[in-house]
Amino acid sequence: MLKIAKERLNDLYAKIAESMGLFIPIKRAGEVNYAVWAEGKEVSLETLKTVKSPKNAFFPQTENMMKFKTEGKNLEVIDIRKDWSEEKSFVMFGVKACDYKAIEVLDKVFLAEPVDTYYQLRRKAGIIVTLACSRPEESCFCKAFGIDATSPLGDVTTWMDETYLYWQANTEKGEALTALVQDLFTEGGEEEVAAQKETTAAIIDKLPYSNLDLSRFKPENLNELFNASEWEEMSEACLGCGTCTFVCPTCQCFDIRDFKTNEGVLRYRCWDSCMYSDFTLMAHGNSRTTQMQRFRQRFMHKLVYYPSQNDGLYSCVGCGRCVNKCPQNLNIVKVIKTLGGKNND
Amino acid sequence: MKDVELKMIERAKELLASGEVARVIGWKKGEFYFDPVPASFETVEELDSLVYNYFCGANLSKYLIEMSKKEGKTAVFLKPCDTYSFNQLVKEHRIKRENVYVIAVECLAKLDINKIKAQGVTGVTDVEVVDKQVKVTSLYGEVVLNKPDVVLEKCSVCQKTHQVKDEEIILHERPERDVNRFAQVAELEAMTEDECFAFWRNQLSKCIRCNACRNVCPACSCVKCVFDNPASGIAAKANDDKFEEQLFHIIRAFHVAGRCTDCGECSRVCPQNIPLHLLNRKFIKDIDSFYGEYQAGETAEGKTPLTEYTEGDTEPNDVFKGEAK
Amino acid sequence: MQDVTTEKKEFTPNIVAFCCNWCSYAGADLAGSSRLTYPANVKIIRVPCSCRVNPMFILKAFQQGADGVILCGCHPGDCHYVTGNYYTRRRIALLYSFLNYMGIEKERTRLEWVSAAEGARFSAVMNDFVKTVTELGENKRLTDLRVKEGE
Repeated sequence: MLKIAKERLNDLYAKIAESMGLFIPIKRAGEVNYAVWAEGKEVSLETLKTVKSPKNAFFPQTENMMKFKTEGKNLEVIDIRKDWSEEKSFVMFGVKACDYKAIEVLDKVFLAEPVDTYYQLRRKAGIIVTLACSRPEESCFCKAFGIDATSPLGDVTTWMDETYLYWQANTEKGEALTALVQDLFTEGGEEEVAAQKETTAAIIDKLPYSNLDLSRFKPENLNELFNASEWEEMSEACLGCGTCTFVCPTCQCFDIRDFKTNEGVLRYRCWDSCMYSDFTLMAHGNSRTTQMQRFRQRFMHKLVYYPSQNDGLYSCVGCGRCVNKCPQNLNIVKVIKTLGGKNND
Repeated sequence: MKDVELKMIERAKELLASGEVARVIGWKKGEFYFDPVPASFETVEELDSLVYNYFCGANLSKYLIEMSKKEGKTAVFLKPCDTYSFNQLVKEHRIKRENVYVIAVECLAKLDINKIKAQGVTGVTDVEVVDKQVKVTSLYGEVVLNKPDVVLEKCSVCQKTHQVKDEEIILHERPERDVNRFAQVAELEAMTEDECFAFWRNQLSKCIRCNACRNVCPACSCVKCVFDNPASGIAAKANDDKFEEQLFHIIRAFHVAGRCTDCGECSRVCPQNIPLHLLNRKFIKDIDSFYGEYQAGETAEGKTPLTEYTEGDTEPNDVFKGEAK
Repeated sequence: MQDVTTEKKEFTPNIVAFCCNWCSYAGADLAGSSRLTYPANVKIIRVPCSCRVNPMFILKAFQQGADGVILCGCHPGDCHYVTGNYYTRRRIALLYSFLNYMGIEKERTRLEWVSAAEGARFSAVMNDFVKTVTELGENKRLTDLRVKEGE
């Protein structure tokens, strides 16, 4: 294991940024989100939950897909992916265990056949440096999904205490990155990391949501859960905004639209939200006409539909962003507690 | 505040039991002290989970659009600021006044859990308010905060009083205060164009276009929003370009101009904490100075500043005179 | 050494003028038939009344590459629909003030009352507005970069 003093972190960032893009939690106008590092930016690794999740780096909120140009009767389709693949790799620095797990959830969607090449290119180019949590919050419940926040995976895993950042490469990509920055590090830190893991694990055990009982969310209970009478009451206060879906690290729905430029047409995709009334709007109208149905769709997808197609893997990772951000304090925890197993009381 | 809550539960139970109302709209207990959820209660038993505390910031007026269409009367608890939205919605024929029984409840300012967290307190599990002190219990210990530092923005400048009520539950007197809600707007007005642009660019670039501000806004009650209408030519689900961020917020602020009661919900719900109230307050301030003081929602009758005129109104080219940038 | 590639291209702004059918558009006609000139980069969009102009029209014009937007209507009191332009006046006063508050240069937006008899005034107003916007330069603050792709 390697370590670097926290006051030297800026050198580390600078070193990485010399040869590739460095995305890191940066504070801007009061809020912390992943952004490209540059000298003078206010890095905030301590921030437990960035507003937008790191999925934005692999599956951006808006992504241009192709261009069309017409000349007379000819239509030219311009592939704009090339620009991206030729770019150098980039580093996502400080990804938490839940968010890392969320990328696994996205992989199962975008990398399954037919492969989403836009996502794939970004995934190939990205090196993920995770950061273990040391101060989880009341809204965290990754443990309920079997995620260990004290030792996340990723290409490189890091831990941070008051004085040092500890570094451990896990993959080939991680080794390559380590080789690039090795000079800044010294050996050591095993004991500190072990101690931190223990302390954090103890805090996680005390978190109010750590022991949510998910036992009822199984494919065989699909009909029963779908028809539960509680949905009506649970969704009553839902505004139908997209906050939960847009801050969610695993929400993966998108819409494809065209934009007319002076030169032709730009086709882009952007995040969509199943909470919206025009989501999956078709010629005949909308498939889900009430907010209750939309609300139910989101949580059924996270807890039942997705796991039934992916060997029981839930598409919620317990990051708790929706818990913090829902305008009316609705969230997945309340759904789990209402419809989940009986050990939730 | 506990005494108010008990009184509210008692009254709600009476109203439901007597059959005077078919349902009561209030706030339901959440997982913690600080996350109550707006809810409707239809039985006396359900009312045991009604809460009223320092985190009941949500404006319940907009829910009445749907609720007042239902069979039977709906009782609702409205804080002073909520009553303005209520009046405005009645004025716009969105709420059927005769189907609603308004219980005015006192409000001694609501707290902002985000501001509490921003003070460096993480892992909040409980909050207790005693006078001007906020005692926060967290996983990492106890902290005492100064209440004025952690109240919702809308509460920090509130001077509102109940504009409509069928009955009231007011047990404590609210201290008089003198605040200027336009102070920040004036600061921005005093900046140069470049500075203003930089300020808003920085703020609006955070927007994730989740539409929370729009969907929570009692003035945004269109059945189909222009931004959701594929035929409008400007429908967009994401900020594809910086222009979209501006377009959405300019049009939204303009559309509620003269109807916005400054209830502050947009700023409360913004996941990126964009000070959206500064957009609406600019319109309110301009309306006040060009056309005379006007507070939307003071009454449920009459015209709004943008649906009337006088012959000697300010000329658009003159609005910058005297404050040239 | 002289760099020939940096030779300055003269900036000609795109101007959109919303003109009401009854007064200002007729004013433009009169300007034409009186052989008065106004710059060719002023694109007139005829509207039934200045009151028809939704703020969205103005923003859309900027999005699509306008550098300045001017709104023209009948003089207050002379509206073909009696009161339309009174409402315009309130809306647009608030909108322009608001755009400036967002940091949009105040010279980019203007409102002028031009009657059907004021051909000379129409020409003068347009010439002056084009001059102002030319001096101000390109609209960079309220524009959609995607639109300008390929330029």
